[in-house]
Amino acid sequence: MTATEQSRAAAAPASPGAAAAEKAAPTLEGPALAAARALGDDALVLAQRLGEWAGNAPVLEEDVALTNIALDLLGQARTLLSLTGDEDDLAFLREEHEFHNAQLVEQPNGDFAVTIARQLYFSVYQELLYTALAEHGGDLAPLAAKAVKEVAYHRDHAEQWTLRLGDGTEESHRRMQQALDALWRYTGELFQPLEGLGVDLPALRERWLEQVTAVVEKATLAIPQGADHTPWAAGAGRQGVHTESFGRLLAEMQYLHRAHPGASW
Amino acid sequence: MVITRTVEARAAGGLSSLEQELLRLAGAVPDPELPVVSLAELGVLRGIRVTGPGQVQVELTPTWTACPALETMAADVTAVLKDAGMSEVTVHTVLSPAWTTDAISEEGRRKLAEAGVAPPRPQTLGGTGISGPVALDLAIHCPHCGSTETRLLSRFSSTACKSLRSCKSCGEPFDHFKEV
Repeated sequence: MTATEQSRAAAAPASPGAAAAEKAAPTLEGPALAAARALGDDALVLAQRLGEWAGNAPVLEEDVALTNIALDLLGQARTLLSLTGDEDDLAFLREEHEFHNAQLVEQPNGDFAVTIARQLYFSVYQELLYTALAEHGGDLAPLAAKAVKEVAYHRDHAEQWTLRLGDGTEESHRRMQQALDALWRYTGELFQPLEGLGVDLPALRERWLEQVTAVVEKATLAIPQGADHTPWAAGAGRQGVHTESFGRLLAEMQYLHRAHPGASW
Repeated sequence: MVITRTVEARAAGGLSSLEQELLRLAGAVPDPELPVVSLAELGVLRGIRVTGPGQVQVELTPTWTACPALETMAADVTAVLKDAGMSEVTVHTVLSPAWTTDAISEEGRRKLAEAGVAPPRPQTLGGTGISGPVALDLAIHCPHCGSTETRLLSRFSSTACKSLRSCKSCGEPFDHFKEV
């Protein structure tokens, strides 16, 4: 945060909806705050999911890769959430319906192919989004311009694995296709308009589809043909409605902090 | 290099002799993860300003957004400046302009290679300066034997800023400071 931003942060009035206004006054307010928090929630929740691979990945290099990606996302989440209030309170003390992450990022890791499909869909999206945010200027531009360089590595990782699994054995091909199909219904939500963001999300979908399609077809796989949302899920994560496994994710993430308030290393 | 430009700009605008001395002290603090290089050589020290008697503000930028070493850097810089007689040290984190591996000085690159970490290659950033990395074609030299016959094992390694490679000539694995 620059000195200017800091003084603005100090001067900014606490937003009525802010969960932790007393601890850290949010830099943002209104729709801009809500939009930054939604993106921060995306990064936080995906970081938590990827962290579940620690010690469980198929090979040591992937253990390291997935948790490194998780760490990058956690850094983004900390910056974004800090613009909207106290990062710890926001991560550990909100209830399920107060999180506005897209449902895609909360989906369980599944087998390795499911994790890779989720990474492919999300990292291509995040790279386009951060590029647009950096060009747009505004409060999120400094983070976006920095994080987009990290996300390029995440996308590269997801692409390499999609190619390897899709164009690998019969079994890896089958599983990768199954994973792409299963998560497709959560991709539409990413492009729902997000008020206060300053970026035209629906307009990003065409390029996203082009880029994802290029990777998927090169991997001898097929882009799913079904709807990219389900009737009950369209935009739901952004409105605080989540899928079944999200509660368990939060329980694990928040347990320690809630059981021992103020605990530190 | 972004970093030196910031500092030089301040210097041109009148960095006091005290500020210059504090900048030198803070810049000499070793990186907590890679102690062979200093913060100045790494290019993460963005500026310094004395705001009153005993009061100084320091700007640090993280290499990677989530770099866990940043807090240690801030603590180390604070300790050094307090030892130098400053009673109130404030460290700000700045993200913009985004740090790039091009900010690592020549001396820093040489020291990294000596310590067994292949230094980053120069970036060829397109017009925006925010385009992605991953120009993996340029040869990366093995820091142990100098061979260019090296291969990527994993884009991710022991810290966020490094990838893992191995040398086909001498067989040794090594870290490579990956370009951003």
